[in-house]
Amino acid sequence: MSQLEIKNLNAGIAGQSILKDFSLTVPKGEVHALMGPNGTGKSTLAKVLAGHEDYEVESGSVLMDGEEILGKEPDEVARDGLFLAFQYPLEIPGVSIANFIRAALQARQEDGEKFDAPAYYRRLYEKMNILQIDKKFSARSVNEGFSGGEKKRCEILQMSMLEPSYCVMDETDSGLDIDALKIVANGVNLMRGPDRGILVITHYQRLLDYIVPDKVHVMYEGRIVHSGEKELALELEEKGYDWVRDELATTAS
Amino acid sequence: MNTEATAVQTAPGVGDSASFERHLSLSALPESWKNWKKEYWEKYEELPFPRTRDEHWRFASRIDFDLSGFQLAEDASDDTIEEVLSRSNLVAERSGQIVFVDNQLVSEEAIPEELAARGVVFLPLAEAVTKHPELVERYLFQESTDLGSDKFHALHNAYSESGYLLYVPDNVEIDAPFAVYHWHAAPGAALFPHILVVGGRNSRFSVVDAQQSLFEDRTGFSCAVGNVFAEDGAKIYRRTIQNFNNRMVSFQLDTNNVDRDTAVRGINLNLGSRRARFENEVRINGAGADVKLYSLTVAENDQEFDQRTLQIHNAPNAVSDLLYKNALMDHSRTIFSGLIKVAKDAQQTDAYQTNRNLLLNDTAQANSLPGLEIEANDVKCSHGATTGQLDRDELFYFLQRGIPKRIAQQLMVFGFFEEVIEQFDNEELEENLRGLIQAKFEKKQLDAVTPKMETT
Ligand SMILES: Nc1ncnc2c1ncn2[C@@H]1O[C@H](COP(=O)(O)OP(=O)(O)OP(=O)(O)O)[C@@H](O)[C@H]1O
Ligand SMILES: [Mg+2]
Repeated sequence: MSQLEIKNLNAGIAGQSILKDFSLTVPKGEVHALMGPNGTGKSTLAKVLAGHEDYEVESGSVLMDGEEILGKEPDEVARDGLFLAFQYPLEIPGVSIANFIRAALQARQEDGEKFDAPAYYRRLYEKMNILQIDKKFSARSVNEGFSGGEKKRCEILQMSMLEPSYCVMDETDSGLDIDALKIVANGVNLMRGPDRGILVITHYQRLLDYIVPDKVHVMYEGRIVHSGEKELALELEEKGYDWVRDELATTAS
Repeated sequence: MNTEATAVQTAPGVGDSASFERHLSLSALPESWKNWKKEYWEKYEELPFPRTRDEHWRFASRIDFDLSGFQLAEDASDDTIEEVLSRSNLVAERSGQIVFVDNQLVSEEAIPEELAARGVVFLPLAEAVTKHPELVERYLFQESTDLGSDKFHALHNAYSESGYLLYVPDNVEIDAPFAVYHWHAAPGAALFPHILVVGGRNSRFSVVDAQQSLFEDRTGFSCAVGNVFAEDGAKIYRRTIQNFNNRMVSFQLDTNNVDRDTAVRGINLNLGSRRARFENEVRINGAGADVKLYSLTVAENDQEFDQRTLQIHNAPNAVSDLLYKNALMDHSRTIFSGLIKVAKDAQQTDAYQTNRNLLLNDTAQANSLPGLEIEANDVKCSHGATTGQLDRDELFYFLQRGIPKRIAQQLMVFGFFEEVIEQFDNEELEENLRGLIQAKFEKKQLDAVTPKMETT
């Protein structure tokens, strides 16, 4: 039950089907990596899980701790515990990071519950410290004018403040220099634990040296074609996606 | 209150010569000023009302020039005055405060002695005319906008006695702002606020003008004129809050004459009036001037905000930068028409003009008419207008963080405002203004989140 279970998901956008009978289960306490060539549908998966209204779900189900989340409003899915670290985080002019995260936390409070602002700021600065984000950033507009790397760090900051049950991290490593990669990986590793399942979408084996996954999945043309231990990432890095394609061709013939 | 309402409504409207004759006979002003008044009244009678086909009135669809329902109000009751004074509280830390209700002066807070000793003048006009006739003679009624409202200028000048003169002599620098309130209270009252701000060489100071209604359900008319004069090196920050009720018809006709090396800021928050016309004209007459103009308008129901601006560069090496933002709800309309004019000798001018409109309901309408007229050849000028709705991807980002749609929309809208609000550069005032805007939003359901960005 304590898992994010995606079963036979068929979904697409603008009349084009992208996810084809996609199945994957991420139990709490584990980190899974999802790799796959450009355009194969990784971000589509993330958006569908998060309930983006532009995507059309034809069939399948997604159970989060046993409860169906397909068809729910995105904000409800988020409050239920799913967090998506965006591949391309949006810029929100005029809304400070502090106010943005605060609004997200307040949305999770019971009616009438008081918001403890001093405690909030203590915790925020603590997390910023771990991610080596300058305190001054808390007053800046969300992602506005941030460098690519700063945006990704800001995603992880939000993730660590909201403490979701399941995290989907869409290419959080792209755009990070090697030092930033280590900092972000450290932030993510601190979040690992028995109460959290993490799905890391990435193109690079390098990230997995720092966030060591329990499982690696290779996605191709809308479905998972290979699952294995972390060594699979190394193999993939060595052989490239031609290997996957050739293998598929062999199986088909 | 009922008897008051009837008494006022039987009187002739301010557009009627009987009204003017009566006003003139009751006026306690010096003969010379009364003679001006007569001249302006004649001019008012001669000039035609604007028509929508006039260039400066394009897109203005909800013009209502019937002035018969608006009269000069009787003196306010003690209760009204007490109420008004208790609500004149936008700026606690200030250098002085003057409060008018329906043109009547009801409070005048003396400026600090130290400022008076240095020659600072902050007085109601009627008092300034006897104490500082030379200043009044020099600056009063010297300027008018060239944006299509000559008739209303004439009307203003014929009637206006309420208003103030703020004069800061050379080299005097003042931190705390001067505050002036122009309240509308009586049903059908016609207001003629006059704002005269003069900064001597290298002076530095700021002023806040607040125009508000005491009651939400009373009609009224306000025709305000503001003239700013910035002499060489002066730094003047003028902030205006137009928060009349939604039954008012209001005009704000402003000019800014700026000389060499000045830094002039003008910022307007526009919330009220059924129909509000705002004209703002800047004339850069000296090299090195730096002018920034900001405006934020929140329109709802069937409000129409009509904004016309003119940035005139007559001298080289100067900067003018204008940013007008409008957020529209319900069936409201806004019109922004702005022109940058750069004279032949005004080389190395930097002039910018931006109008951004946020449509929060599909039924609202924003019109934008940006323009450039450049005779110099070495300039940097740009103008741009965008009209769009809340960005759907941004909204999804909020939702994915668990923030409900209604709150997300509010945060996004306030995010849109923040760029202008923070320019008020006074924390207390900013908080108060966010409160005013919040109140306007409280019960709104916004429906527009599909992207429809058009850029010109
Ligand atoms: N809004 C859209 N309209 C039409 N097609 C879309 C839209 N969004 C995504 N697609 C298409 O869906 C397919 C899958 O895209 P997706 O972003 O999920 O790929 P990805 O695996 O995340 O790729 P990358 O590694 O480059 O991030 C692509 O072919 C893409 O062009
Ligand atoms: Mg992607």
